[in-house]
Amino acid sequence: MAVTRDDVAHIALLARLALDEARVPALTAQLNGILAHMDALQKVDTSNAIPVAGVGDAGMPLRADQGPPIPLARPRDTFAPAVRDGFFLVPRLATHEDAAGEVVE
Amino acid sequence: MTSPTDRYEMVVGLEVHVQLKTRTKAFCSCSTEYGAPPNVNTCPVCLALPGALPVLNAEAVRLAVLTGAALECSIECTSVFARKNYFYPDLPKGYQISQYDKPLCEHGRLQIGLNADAQPIVIGITRVHMEEDAGKSIHDRYAAATAIDLNRAGVPLIEIVSEPDMRSSKEAGAYLRVLKQILEYCDVSDVNMEEGSLRVDANVSARLRGETKLGTKTEVKNMNSFSGVERALESEFARQCAALDRGESIQQQTMLWDGAKNEVRPARSKEGSHDYRYFPEPDLPPLVLDQSWIDEIKKNLPELPRARRERFGTAYSLSPDDADALSASVALAEYFEAVARASDDPKAAANWVRGTVLATLNASSGDLRNFPVRPADLAQLIKLVRDGALSNSAAKTVFAEMAATGERPDAIAHRLGVLQERDEAAIEQWVTDVLAEHPAEAQRYLGGEKKLQGVLVGLVMKKSGGRADPKRVNQLLSARAAG
Amino acid sequence: MSDAAAVGAVRNAFARMTEVNAGRDGLNIILWSDQASAERDAAAVAESDGPLAGVPVVVKDNIATLTLPTSCGSRILEGYVSPYEATAITKLRAAGAVIIAKSNCDEFAMGSSTEHSAFGPAKNPLDPRLVPGGSSGGSAAAVASGICRIALGSETGGSVRQPAAFCGVVGVKPTYGRVSRFGLVAFASSLDQIGVFGSRVDDAALGLEVIAGRDARDSTTAQHSVPRYRDSNGERLDGVVIGRPKEYFPESLDPALRTLCDRSLDALRSLGAEVRDVSLPHTDLAIPVYYVIAPAEASSNLARFDGVRYGLRIEGDGLRGMYEATRSRGFGAEVTRRILLGTYVLSAGYYDAYYKKAQGVRALIAQDFRDVFDAGVHAIFTPTAPTPAFAIGAKSDDPYEMYLSDIFTVTANLAGVPAMSLPIGRMNGLPVGGQVIAPHFGEPDMFRVAYALERALGREAHK
Ligand SMILES: [Mg+2]
Ligand SMILES: [Zn+2]
Repeated sequence: MAVTRDDVAHIALLARLALDEARVPALTAQLNGILAHMDALQKVDTSNAIPVAGVGDAGMPLRADQGPPIPLARPRDTFAPAVRDGFFLVPRLATHEDAAGEVVE
Repeated sequence: MTSPTDRYEMVVGLEVHVQLKTRTKAFCSCSTEYGAPPNVNTCPVCLALPGALPVLNAEAVRLAVLTGAALECSIECTSVFARKNYFYPDLPKGYQISQYDKPLCEHGRLQIGLNADAQPIVIGITRVHMEEDAGKSIHDRYAAATAIDLNRAGVPLIEIVSEPDMRSSKEAGAYLRVLKQILEYCDVSDVNMEEGSLRVDANVSARLRGETKLGTKTEVKNMNSFSGVERALESEFARQCAALDRGESIQQQTMLWDGAKNEVRPARSKEGSHDYRYFPEPDLPPLVLDQSWIDEIKKNLPELPRARRERFGTAYSLSPDDADALSASVALAEYFEAVARASDDPKAAANWVRGTVLATLNASSGDLRNFPVRPADLAQLIKLVRDGALSNSAAKTVFAEMAATGERPDAIAHRLGVLQERDEAAIEQWVTDVLAEHPAEAQRYLGGEKKLQGVLVGLVMKKSGGRADPKRVNQLLSARAAG
Repeated sequence: MSDAAAVGAVRNAFARMTEVNAGRDGLNIILWSDQASAERDAAAVAESDGPLAGVPVVVKDNIATLTLPTSCGSRILEGYVSPYEATAITKLRAAGAVIIAKSNCDEFAMGSSTEHSAFGPAKNPLDPRLVPGGSSGGSAAAVASGICRIALGSETGGSVRQPAAFCGVVGVKPTYGRVSRFGLVAFASSLDQIGVFGSRVDDAALGLEVIAGRDARDSTTAQHSVPRYRDSNGERLDGVVIGRPKEYFPESLDPALRTLCDRSLDALRSLGAEVRDVSLPHTDLAIPVYYVIAPAEASSNLARFDGVRYGLRIEGDGLRGMYEATRSRGFGAEVTRRILLGTYVLSAGYYDAYYKKAQGVRALIAQDFRDVFDAGVHAIFTPTAPTPAFAIGAKSDDPYEMYLSDIFTVTANLAGVPAMSLPIGRMNGLPVGGQVIAPHFGEPDMFRVAYALERALGREAHK
């Protein structure tokens, strides 16, 4: 399974990473280099592998439906890049669509 | 030539997101109250601060299991949370904690009514899974920016996914109304579409009648009422039929409903941008539930609408129509039943509640939960009429006062002096006085002119201010005539 | 400890810190510190009767602290100060410890050399031309250079044990679920654990005692009560069975390293332990498995760094432009590489072949350990790393080369078992670590072996 430059462009979009064209060939080569080592996994028979035992076998601990929430030592606007009237601000986007045209689920 | 919609069949499946009625969010202890100032109900967990971790709310699990049970699903003892990865500014972690290949509930069913030949129409429920809500993006508040409010981020949801079993927009509407009623009966949600506590997405496709395999479906979003859903389905179905008739193929895409323009339009969507990279949420071990705990919830399931409707028919011998109307909501059904029991007169109770009570409520656009007329008082009113202590017209007057003041009916009747007099002496006196005051009529009547009795009764009633019991007055007059 | 003594200890720590960090060699092992507030804290905890009263502690930069920044060695969190505190930090302070500084690390703990820090590489106190190991290189170096005797790091594939070996100190990776991850900035959630560095086994045991235990804020912490690990400090190992897995002693193993391991195994025998040859057959698959699972989880865990609520934000063309400018300039090359790798192995069409398969093989690796321990082995002994500290820049061109330095440590993270590294000698002047691995929640046996070996080797451990 060789990664193509288009694959790299696609996953870069999914990961919201802008790669400058110059770096793409090198990155593609590196990913293929790393993934080549992963192909060893395909040869292993995992049909009767029992999932990792240990923590969580007893199942997940549940929370009582009550407060108070974990407090914030500092108000939100001390760490948020852009706040107005208590809202976090982001560049304008059209209703129901993000910049990649993805519809919100 | 028949219209396309006659030749094609509509196939619909619905995905309903329901906000669960919990005090705190699904994975943190922030309040879920609606309408707080922006971002006030947020903490390190629902702000997705670096290093924060989710911890699941037990009540959210109970409500989800309760819903699954009400929809006759099989409840899984072990279910698994998964991450659904996508970027959106009101999705703080960059992923939604949801359930994917091991949901909490599967294989349910929902009966939405009867078809033409009186057979039940049953819609399959594919799954009911737990997930968390996203925040709100407000696009029209500021000129150049979108405003993000994360108060809703992390509020517990269930997603109820149906099979593509609906064949018309009417069936879809019926499904939604029955589902909403069941959710209300189970008290798992406020099911308020305006406040967004219930949201509907529809998958719709068209196929030639008689065709058995499914056509390519589109997903229709952005409906904000049940009737909106029905209208959106009609217009998308029409669009698909027309396209198919032109020999075009339907492309799988997301359509947005524009209620104002009454039309659907495709959502701009890039190729391949929908790759959610689901994988098991490593911050949460599998959710493992005791079978005994699940059975306990199933056992204590509240009476559901259909069962209650049938019981009203049998236990109170109500007409199907009455039973239906009186079980519309839990509040109404319980109000009626309280009145019926206390008055020991279901028929009268049904008439009063369906008629005067609902009319008064609608007029004042009030709510049964804080309606001044308590069931016990209405029952007493019904008894007073039955015992002849109140005339029907007087009872209506008294009820109006009860609705206004919340006073007890007997007190009001006394105050208004409309209680029917059953004291012999008083009635005798009125009769004597009337005969004395109208000697001519009295003579002719006592002389055998029976037809005058009606006139005299009227005069006595007038004199008594309507308090005399007409039956008794008649008897007394007849007695005098005979004597 | 008296008020003066507590403040004095902090002053000495800062004096040493200035010396090594900014001094001639400029080791760059400390990123953030504030002497004034540290001295105030020291004065405040002076009366504490906690086991760490007045003890200065250095903490890795990816663990949330209220007063010092938590930048994870990344531009994207430069200047970010957490408005809440990690559970491990709360427990340290409750025990009387004074948090004096945040230490340098590979960006978001992704690396094995602390060269991948946005704030420049950290250097090895024993030779500034060498890496201190990583990703918790700064904390290991802080203990090695005498700034403190206890420091916190974090482990995902060996990030505490490997730098401990490179710097000649003790480093512990607890059982997965033993220490709360609440406040540890996530790299790979199913592998991450906070770990403890100590100048000696006893320091590490004490540190772990303090931070271990169930936390209602971390759903993956275990109920098991926390034993007093310092009670494992004993003379003899009669009846203890030590496993020697052949996969960790390949033909290719450096003879000098083999000799040092043999010396340790002889020491263990002389203490009454039985050394048994065992096999962990799937060991050679650990690196491929690790480099599927860790990047996959990382690609999701690092999605929250989007410039919306905190941290770096760089405006661009619309929302997507802002996302991409912020993340591309905020993340370094290694983090970018791993996010892309992780996104790829999770993306449609590849999930089963990579992520699902890797989880299956991970289960086989865990089963390997279970089989060995079920056969009556109390602890496993191996070298911690295939080489001692290497030169800065030596492995920066081929990422996979770098990944291989975790080859003996990733298995414990994949299996979730506890493991620690302690000094067992030197080869051409550089420290070498020996690794002790125990079954789930077998920390008491792990420490028992480590205490005894440390005592038996004595000064030899640092020769
Ligand atoms: Mg959903
Ligand atoms: Zn919260």
